[in-house]
Amino acid sequence: MTEATLWSRLLRPVLLTLVALFFLFPIFWVFLMSFQTNEQILRIPPSLFFSPTLDNYWGLVSGKLVTAAGTLELPFMRNLWNSVVLSTGAVLLSLLLGVPAAYAFARFKFRLGEDIAFTLLSFRFAPPLLVLLPLNLYFQTLGLNDTYIGLIWVYQLITLPLILWIVRGYFEDISPDVEHAYRVDGHGWLKTFLKISIPLARPGIAAAALLSFIFAWNNFVFALILGSSSIQPVTVGALAFVTASGIQYGQIAAAVVLSILPTLTLALYAQRYLVEGLSLGAVKG
Amino acid sequence: MAATAEVAGARAPKQSFSRAALPYLLSLPALLVCIGILIPFFTAVYYSLQRYNLAMPFLRGFIWFDNYKDFLSDPAFWNTVSISLIYTALTVGIELLLGLGIALLLQRPTLFNNALSIALMLPLMIAPAIASLMWKLMTNPNFGILSYLVGLVGLTDFKWASDPSTALLTVVLVDIWVYTPFMMILLLAGLRGLPKQPFEAAELDGVPASFVFFRITLPMLLPYIITAALFRMLDSIQQFDIIYAMTQGGPGDKLMVFQVQAYLEFFTYTNVGRSSALLMVLWAIAYLLSHQFIKSWLRLRERARGQA
Repeated sequence: MTEATLWSRLLRPVLLTLVALFFLFPIFWVFLMSFQTNEQILRIPPSLFFSPTLDNYWGLVSGKLVTAAGTLELPFMRNLWNSVVLSTGAVLLSLLLGVPAAYAFARFKFRLGEDIAFTLLSFRFAPPLLVLLPLNLYFQTLGLNDTYIGLIWVYQLITLPLILWIVRGYFEDISPDVEHAYRVDGHGWLKTFLKISIPLARPGIAAAALLSFIFAWNNFVFALILGSSSIQPVTVGALAFVTASGIQYGQIAAAVVLSILPTLTLALYAQRYLVEGLSLGAVKG
Repeated sequence: MAATAEVAGARAPKQSFSRAALPYLLSLPALLVCIGILIPFFTAVYYSLQRYNLAMPFLRGFIWFDNYKDFLSDPAFWNTVSISLIYTALTVGIELLLGLGIALLLQRPTLFNNALSIALMLPLMIAPAIASLMWKLMTNPNFGILSYLVGLVGLTDFKWASDPSTALLTVVLVDIWVYTPFMMILLLAGLRGLPKQPFEAAELDGVPASFVFFRITLPMLLPYIITAALFRMLDSIQQFDIIYAMTQGGPGDKLMVFQVQAYLEFFTYTNVGRSSALLMVLWAIAYLLSHQFIKSWLRLRERARGQA
């Protein structure tokens, strides 16, 4: 008994503090850094107390950086916008394609059904470069590397399996009796699907959409290999930033904060569904 | 019951054809879009059988399996294999232990534990490439907080990712930061979903805690552990974002895992044939792993559906 009390009184809080420190301190530190000037950042020893400045963010928003060596163009806002367009586009297309397919796999036992479902799932696990490198040559020939459409299409490899398998689970949880009752009233299949099935599965569809948005936003390698600089998202843009000459450290930190803010907000909002989404519907939270 | 279970099945004779075609019509667009992306896969298979360097197009030709045969005697290839395996073993092993430990700490569903488990998930929601950028800032020799902290304990010249002897550990550390929450959250859900009776019985009998853990908790949690570990292995053996963002495979060839090596082979050495062959080897490994993963994942999924 004494062993147990010692454990819960002393060891547990210490361990939890260490865990929280390790996983949350980096975010906190970069957040602080984004409000500091270069002089404050380079101060030794580092201090938690400083007068915050918004200059780093203004530099990013205005897109211009005035240094001693001259004015530098910062296309970061463009990158941010590209991320919004690519992720939103990819999720919308995936919903359009994935929700009907998920319904088909949940409701019908049809030949090749499971084969198709697993083929779509297996895309999630193949090495992305295997497809991306040949695509790079095709995209250059077709002129797709300058368009959102090309990337949104390839993003389906991330978003579609996720939406398909999560939404499928939700459709399977809806009793077919409800749909049956509505159809007995003389309504057609399409109307039943739109008026009954989709509204009942809506929490699942919303969760899958939010999660696949996060995954699309966080993708790095697709745009690195396929996109030209004019359509590159924040993940690629922020990294290119580091090598830009004359860049202020605080601005890198501000760019990091701006690029993680949307996903962190969405994750907190959708946290109820994260477990289910991360395990592709295999574990219920 | 049979009628309701197949409410949309091919029952009504008057519409049997459209009924039978319906599931295909619903699922084909999704499949077609993905098949389109699959064409490059076959192109890659084809390239991997060729001598194909973008810089020397006149040398291009079909050489069957020579790219693969060359690997056998190529130390760079075996370096890639061993680095990838070491990276995978280290990351998945540590993340599993750490994730399990944290899940056990947070097992009781109190308000505090729930809030902390959500907060701990934040690193997982940050793009791995951006997370690497954050760690690059923290390990910067001029102002990085971690460089300062190790300096306090006497390691004044600790170079983190730019030193060959510590590069692997630094990158593994970033991977652990990003992906341990994944293990934690899956195992936590698994732990909380376990049936209560065995634990209550053990407590009544006064069974020691270590016995409960090794003989009850661990065996019952095993399906979750295996699924989560296989899932992470699949990702880890293919890791690109973190390693590319941190060191681009360097210093030297210290971190030349499969996908980074293939990337450089393609863009720096323009050797399309060799790059494709390398990725085919990785694909074979990933295929075997994903086969195992899907089996264990399906069993869990059945169970989750059964509870619903």
